[in-house]
Amino acid sequence: MDLTIKRISSEKEHQVNLCGDIDAYTGPKVKEAIMTLVESPDVASIVVDLAEVEYMDSTGIGIFIAVMKACKQTGRTFLVQNLSPRVERLFRITGLYELIAIRKGESE
Amino acid sequence: MMPRGIEEEYIRLLRDYLTGQGEDKLYDAQQLGKWMLQQDISPEEMIDLHGRALEHLGDVPEFVRASFSVLTEVMIEYGNEHRAVTTLRSKHKQLQSEMAVASAMQKSLLPRELPVFPGVEIGLVSVAAKQISGDFYDIVAHDNGRFCLTIADITGKGISAAMCMSMLKYAMESLGEMLPGPGEMLRHLNRVVERNTDPSMFVTMVYGCYDTNRHSFRYAVAGHEPGFVYRARDGRFYDMEGQGRALGICNDCSYVEREVRLEVGDVLMLLTDGVTERKIDRDYLQRDELVAYLEAEVGASAQAMADGLYSKLLALSRFELSDDYTMIVLRRT
Repeated sequence: MDLTIKRISSEKEHQVNLCGDIDAYTGPKVKEAIMTLVESPDVASIVVDLAEVEYMDSTGIGIFIAVMKACKQTGRTFLVQNLSPRVERLFRITGLYELIAIRKGESE
Repeated sequence: MMPRGIEEEYIRLLRDYLTGQGEDKLYDAQQLGKWMLQQDISPEEMIDLHGRALEHLGDVPEFVRASFSVLTEVMIEYGNEHRAVTTLRSKHKQLQSEMAVASAMQKSLLPRELPVFPGVEIGLVSVAAKQISGDFYDIVAHDNGRFCLTIADITGKGISAAMCMSMLKYAMESLGEMLPGPGEMLRHLNRVVERNTDPSMFVTMVYGCYDTNRHSFRYAVAGHEPGFVYRARDGRFYDMEGQGRALGICNDCSYVEREVRLEVGDVLMLLTDGVTERKIDRDYLQRDELVAYLEAEVGASAQAMADGLYSKLLALSRFELSDDYTMIVLRRT
């Protein structure tokens, strides 16, 4: 399945809305989009919205782990929002649920 | 580089065709084309050859001679593409041979046979989706009727997964007969993975030891899909308890140990998410649906249960294996 990425920037934070499945095929595209923000000096806060992500496999978890570690090292805030039940389950089982800031934001 | 004698051969072919010697000359031309490709003759060289051949056959009008320059320019891109494909093919061949080496290495890391213990059956199905599996399992017999079980899912595919597997196996083996408890083992492996792999790499695992005297399985979980326990007394399946962080996420994690005791007829099932994350038609398999399929296998031997479930799920997902699939079944007899 195809994945689309939409970026919304405001003064407070940079938001990345993902729509589609995150797997081994779409993963690299997602990683690149988010890591570009992590490496950008103007970005202090990153939010990834997963409202339109029904399915994610371990590739997605790996991406969020790498982003979390990179943000921690560079002092950026990173959080994810609007996890579907399936994705939330994956976060809980792998233990990422306690490590990454999660919020129930407003979905479009 | 045009081999010697080919020019004469081509001139003869062209002359024969132009003097009306039949359509079979076109077939010969086709065969010659195949041979030229094998010799790595580029499209531009072919055009050049054709131009020279024409000169041998008669007076070539100036406009025809000049037109070859245009054709050569057009065919240069075809030539570049042909060279790129040749390079890709050779890289692909090299990669395939590297994968074959990694695959053979990986197979050498997995147990060749299952240990046999009185009172408990062990069944196993492990199928890689591609040449190299991201699933790892191990079953090692120890003293006093104990054996240790590992089931793990390594992120990433291919060679990096195989290398991580090798690292895990030897990190475990290096502890020898010291046999730390499951919690300590996972704590040790977490440090190994966290320090030695890419930031996005992590491993989910269940590790535990089965005592065939007490029929108890003492284990710890690192971010892994929960297994199942079947209780013969009430004929029901339960989720195996236990949670913990996947290996490689944080610097130092502790892992809670749990224990499950098996009565006669009880079954313990460990699996990777290739079992639970099956796409059946357009939806993903739910855990309670999986339990329904497991129920159909109750009563069979551990291996028959493992085989039966695999066949069922494979048929339901139309014989497509999108992820590595591993299931270990322990049945107390």
